[in-house]
Amino acid sequence: MMSDNKTIEIQHENILLQQKKSNLSLRHATQSAFFTILWIGGIITVLILLAVTGYVIFQGFKAIDLQFLITPPRGGLSGEGGISTTIGTTLYLVLLTIAIATPLGVGAAIFLVEYASDNNISSRFLKGMIGFSHFGVETLAGIPSIIFGLFGYALFVSTMKFGFSLLSASLAGACLVLPVIIRTTEEALLAVPRSYREGSLALGATKWQTIRKVVLPASLPGIITGIILSVGRVVSETAVFYVTLGGSYRMPKSIMSSGRTMALHLYYLAMDTRAFEKAMGTGAILILSIILINLLINFLSRRLTAGLRGVQ
Amino acid sequence: METRRIVDRGVKYILFISAMISIVIVFLIALFIFREGVEAFNTVGVRTMLFGKVWRPGQEQYGILAMILGSILVTIGAIVLGVPLAIGGAIFLAEVAPEGIQAVVRPAIQLLAGIPSVVYGLFGMVVLVPLVRKIPVPGNSGFGLLAASIVLAVMILPTIASIAEDAIRAVPQSYRQGSLALGATHWQTIVNVIMPAARSGIIAAIILGVGRALGETMAMIMVIGNSVLMPSPMTNNPLTLFLRQARTLTGNIAVEISYATGVHESTLFATGVVLFVLIMVVNISARFVMRERQAIH
Repeated sequence: MMSDNKTIEIQHENILLQQKKSNLSLRHATQSAFFTILWIGGIITVLILLAVTGYVIFQGFKAIDLQFLITPPRGGLSGEGGISTTIGTTLYLVLLTIAIATPLGVGAAIFLVEYASDNNISSRFLKGMIGFSHFGVETLAGIPSIIFGLFGYALFVSTMKFGFSLLSASLAGACLVLPVIIRTTEEALLAVPRSYREGSLALGATKWQTIRKVVLPASLPGIITGIILSVGRVVSETAVFYVTLGGSYRMPKSIMSSGRTMALHLYYLAMDTRAFEKAMGTGAILILSIILINLLINFLSRRLTAGLRGVQ
Repeated sequence: METRRIVDRGVKYILFISAMISIVIVFLIALFIFREGVEAFNTVGVRTMLFGKVWRPGQEQYGILAMILGSILVTIGAIVLGVPLAIGGAIFLAEVAPEGIQAVVRPAIQLLAGIPSVVYGLFGMVVLVPLVRKIPVPGNSGFGLLAASIVLAVMILPTIASIAEDAIRAVPQSYRQGSLALGATHWQTIVNVIMPAARSGIIAAIILGVGRALGETMAMIMVIGNSVLMPSPMTNNPLTLFLRQARTLTGNIAVEISYATGVHESTLFATGVVLFVLIMVVNISARFVMRERQAIH
């Protein structure tokens, strides 16, 4: 606090100095000049971002029709065919990854919020482990995806001999989305008022009964938000799956099959066959799915805040 | 003891185990990347790898200096192009923009952070590379550091802007009111009070942007050209350096892992080790800056 007060004092002096030099109208002129620049900057930012998505969606729609969506890619050099199998693979992979990551992530978050903050955790060992766990989540969140890919390649593809398969890819993908699920679930659990827990415990319920019947239902929209966020990560991820999924354009028959997601398909179309039109079509579908996922998240988080406000 | 008490106990241990999974994964990642990379460090030598200028796996030359430089140069390019816009955008959103515009722009930025990197890469290939190719320098192919920097700048813009905006919003209202009450204009308040107070948060935002830039893979492969030569200016003008094709550390791993074997494969894991260490340094410094900020408030 001390140093802050000092900086404020110094800044105060700066302002006083400037006031001596300049008159009010000049100061206002400076302000409007810089605000104009900020407005222009803001507009440019939005325009750039709109340009990227708008261009891909606009160009992409030229390639999209029903045929494009329901025929499988033929794997030819000009990227003939549609994207049906890649949609299937994406869904398959999303389901597998979420099925692996959700129980682990939600479980971890429950422990970190509900048990680790207990006052009666006196064991130094346990405290150390909890600190490690937090460190683990933060570190995982910062590791670039190609490292997850490399790891998945070394452990699941080679060492455990799962080969390039949906299984290897979804295990590597689960590591990638784990921190997302843990963090959002932690936030959702922390948002549940203490009184809920106290009420349930006072009625004689055990801690686990309280969590299962009171805390989890109350935080469900938040947890689902985390899961949907992870779905978005898996749909848009490429690097991890590029080195673990193999890239076959056929429909996977089992979890040991190779495959390619929509994002991977886009990459192969653009890089290997230079079929930019089809790539744009795939990109447009990808952007639309991300928009849909975002709308869902916004809807859920609005419901979450509305629900909690209604209770309090 | 009642069954429900036993269940209660059991659940606690199961949850404890799942809470440990994240640190176990971090440990496993470090273990596997290092274990597979150790062979390269031993046979090639750490110094020869890190400072070797030639990457020719066919002739057993495994210098990754060109890739390290590629990653650093493209990150610098992205920061130079992206940070002013991102910080300007953050100030605009937090301080200047009317409510209505905020309500539209903020979800848009959130959306853009989620767009797949291959889509940005595709846009770069189809739109940016032909534009860059128009710059009249002999040997300019369009693919290269400049196109990659622009693509990367757009990709890290949402990340930096949203974290910086949070930092600006976290400045207590009393600071603003104090400054305004002293007769400062809104702009003077922003420059002299709010920005200094939000400084560490904004720096952390930039550092996290650097982390994202260093880790980006697919979009880079698509626009940077993937040449393994040391980047150098193409004419007397040193800025033509950015028209050179290059390769990033991430790209080196992704492009070659599918067919590499033996020492070559091991060098790719060693490349991963270098990237891992770089990113850890960046992330830990970001966390350090963030913590400093929490200590102040």
